[in-house]
Amino acid sequence: MMPELGKYAGAVLSAYGVSLFLIVGLVAVSILRARAAKRLLNDVEARRKGGNHG
Amino acid sequence: MASIWEYANPKKFIDTTDRLLPFIAVAAVAALVVGLVWGFFFTPEDYRQGSTVKIIYLHVPAALMAINAWLMMLVASLVWIVRRHHVSALAARAAAPVGAVMTVIALVTGAIWGQPMWGTWWEWDPRLTSFLVLFLFYLGYMALWSAIENDDTAADLTSVLCLVGSVFAVLSRYAVNFWNQGLHQGASLSLDKEENVADVFYHPLLVCIAGFILLFVALVFLRTQTEIRARRTRALLARERLG
Repeated sequence: MMPELGKYAGAVLSAYGVSLFLIVGLVAVSILRARAAKRLLNDVEARRKGGNHG
Repeated sequence: MASIWEYANPKKFIDTTDRLLPFIAVAAVAALVVGLVWGFFFTPEDYRQGSTVKIIYLHVPAALMAINAWLMMLVASLVWIVRRHHVSALAARAAAPVGAVMTVIALVTGAIWGQPMWGTWWEWDPRLTSFLVLFLFYLGYMALWSAIENDDTAADLTSVLCLVGSVFAVLSRYAVNFWNQGLHQGASLSLDKEENVADVFYHPLLVCIAGFILLFVALVFLRTQTEIRARRTRALLARERLG
């Protein structure tokens, strides 16, 4: 299945490795930050609502 | 037909992008998987570059997005300057880390390709140098946003920085044509079919480019939502502190 990369195998594989690592990292950080921001805003809004009724 | 300015409303922007995001994300993953698998496993070696030609499927789309992310930030910054829509300023802020990562990928894959092909990791060639300066502009842009507490002031100053940096975004694209020197070759893609890479490399490359564009749109939507929520949270907390 693995293509024959010859003497440039190290270069090709490291280019793919670094790029995929950066892309996956960027996506993961973006998703985690999005979740954290949503949760924090919900908490603050819930607290304000609770405060207003209390 | 709805006006585009409706999306300047943060709630409308979040509602609309929430509906679109799953489709764009799935399309991005599908295009990236198909393009990269096609390019990596099912294309031949180039007669001059050998298997290093496979790096093109990462390098070219990443370089394209690095430049176009900045141009998108430029448009969003101009909208902020002219119309004072917060969503546009936050969209520009959201795009910067994505553009910066794309620039790093373009620089790193270029260096990895350059070592065996040019015999050097780096050369102070016009295109490489303007790309490095573009990366430094990305870093400066993100640092400026983080350094200023007032969101509107930060949006004003970063918009001006974005206008200045656009010179390097354009230079990154056209440096080869302007100076006609250095190691970097001309564009791999062109409307002129004669200048394009061979079809066997060209078609998977187009799929990869589509994947990178969709990934960029999905990430900018998601990160803009995050910035809108973070801004709202800061405003509510500030109101709480005031009593």
